[in-house]
Amino acid sequence: MSNRIELPYTRFLDPEGRLVGELPAWGDDFNLLTDLYRRMVLTRLFDQKAVALQRTGRIGTYAPTLGQEAIGVAIGSLLRDDDVLVPYYRDTAVQLMRGVRMEEILLYWGGDERGSDFQDPRSKEDFPICVPIATQSLHACGVATAIKIRGQHRAVVTTCGDGATSKGDFLEALNVAGAWQLPVVFVVNNNQWAISVPRRIQSGAPTLAQKAIGAGFHGEQVDGNDVLAVYDRVQWALDRARHGKGPVLLECISYRLGDHTTADDATRYRDADEVKAAWQEEPIKRLQAFLAASEAWDEGREQALIADCQRQVQAAVDNFENAGTQPVEAVLDHVYARWPAALGDQREMLMERVARREEGRGHE
Amino acid sequence: MSNLNDTLEKRALLEAVNLALHRAMQEDENVVVLGEDVGVNGGVFRATLGLRDRFGFKRVIDTPLAETMIAGLAVGMAAQGLKPVMEIQFLGFIYAAMEHLVSHASRIRCRTRGRLSCPMVLRSPMGAGIRAPEHHSESTEALFAHIPGLRVVIPSSPARAYGLLLSAIDDPDPVIFLEPTRLYRMNPQPIIDDGRRLPLDTCFTLREGSDITLISWGASVHETLQAARMLEERGVSAEVIDVASIKPLDLDTLEASVRKTGRCVIVHEAPRSCGVGAEIAASLYERALLDLQAPIQRVTAPDIPPPLYRLEQLYIPSPEDVLAACELVLNYA
Repeated sequence: MSNRIELPYTRFLDPEGRLVGELPAWGDDFNLLTDLYRRMVLTRLFDQKAVALQRTGRIGTYAPTLGQEAIGVAIGSLLRDDDVLVPYYRDTAVQLMRGVRMEEILLYWGGDERGSDFQDPRSKEDFPICVPIATQSLHACGVATAIKIRGQHRAVVTTCGDGATSKGDFLEALNVAGAWQLPVVFVVNNNQWAISVPRRIQSGAPTLAQKAIGAGFHGEQVDGNDVLAVYDRVQWALDRARHGKGPVLLECISYRLGDHTTADDATRYRDADEVKAAWQEEPIKRLQAFLAASEAWDEGREQALIADCQRQVQAAVDNFENAGTQPVEAVLDHVYARWPAALGDQREMLMERVARREEGRGHE
Repeated sequence: MSNLNDTLEKRALLEAVNLALHRAMQEDENVVVLGEDVGVNGGVFRATLGLRDRFGFKRVIDTPLAETMIAGLAVGMAAQGLKPVMEIQFLGFIYAAMEHLVSHASRIRCRTRGRLSCPMVLRSPMGAGIRAPEHHSESTEALFAHIPGLRVVIPSSPARAYGLLLSAIDDPDPVIFLEPTRLYRMNPQPIIDDGRRLPLDTCFTLREGSDITLISWGASVHETLQAARMLEERGVSAEVIDVASIKPLDLDTLEASVRKTGRCVIVHEAPRSCGVGAEIAASLYERALLDLQAPIQRVTAPDIPPPLYRLEQLYIPSPEDVLAACELVLNYA
């Protein structure tokens, strides 16, 4: 008896950026392709900056997205304004594509809830990033249920890592999505590592995509380092979902080139040779080689892009550092829609605490 | 003048819940009921009876059997502006849903600075006394009361079930609405189905008195009222307060009563340690110590799982247990 289920696997570009299959019709749209490239580069430069900010104590723990830029950028460029993103904590790329501002992402990791109060209307219904593992899969199904009840032509994308696919929440989400044919696309970012636990001992299933089969819907694998492949499959899946044809699970195979978070040291559990080999597969170099070979990209454009991205990132860092802290009442303002009168004395308790500390500082 | 109540059909707590659900769904198309067996079957207790026929399968949803999923789904639906009213069949099955209640439902408003919110109600039967199997008889209201961002409401009569459930569904934040199974079919009373809400975060004084304050909620209100009547026969005037909203707790009403009577007994069916009774007692000591004539007494279940039904009456405080505590307080030197 075999546990192997044959599932599609999509790749257009090999690690050297050479075409390995026929591109879809949009494949000669070099405006689109260079835009995807620009977004990936911006994400990577922002990500590097965020790690540097953590190292110098200007933000708290951060989860780097290094190596996974293709997945988020492809999803983000395909989501429509009225679709909903229900992300996990390694989704900087797709959040930036949804109009979440870099300074908002820095505010969040810098310990300020304003970072999840996205100002761009495109992301107004998007969930904040989810730190508990896989719980967001169910929230996405709830959003999709609301969409289905209201008969709307919208879709939900929810993301998670390979570790999340072991959780009951993920499997319960697949189950209900299949049972009710919900307009939701599950994107599993299989980056091979759940902190220190490798994919091979995470699950006995040969693929993570086949978990959809047990729930009664379609799953397939995609080269998560090939932005064109991810774009193609997400476009197909979103289109199906918006037209009421039910859920899809895409397992995007990539590699977490960085640490799990800035609080982690992956050299403790990961072989240097493996990481070195993974760098040969990474998504930015691959698309750059393809674009250069097609004469849609060159060194001059590359330099201009990097300078432009660095300006954007620095402006965001400046905005973040000048954002100031919120008034102390802000910690009470959103626990309930209105602070309950029955908890009134706790508000007083907090304000007295603040007054005491200010008075204390006055005596210094 | 004829009494309107004489002509009204009497309804028990379970029917009052059903009536309120009908009313809420009729008033607001965003109200959606979901849970296991809530549709065709009308719920295992029949609290959702008739809703599917009247409001259709899109609004009265039988879910797969998965409590984590029900709670997670409700978070997503509520964030989209629906008002999911979910049923967990018994409070003993709710633990699978806890992560979504604690980490998401209660926090999404705060995490997003109000951009998203979670206007949902989780309904669940609670408590012992109906000879149910294991894991059906718990009173774990204190678990929820500890969580910032949640409201916890427990009605003790059909009228309060009706009015409080409507308010819970209106509320823009998540409400845990616990229905004492022991009262589901007891003491029917006339209910006017006029959509009138009762306030949340507020205690209800059921009986005025001057000698002692008896504080309770949920099914235990029943035994507490019996004890108050027994006290009356002995010439003791007891004030009885139904807390109703366990969180946020209306301490002002409780404080005013205790200042007046100088004596207090708290009665609840949940285990004693770290129970809501402890919170109330501590707050009353902070607020009214010098008005107290005697130490506050708690009458509670012991810190044990509810026994199987042959001995479950041991677990539930009886009117005599309440009376004994009252005597201790009244006779305190």
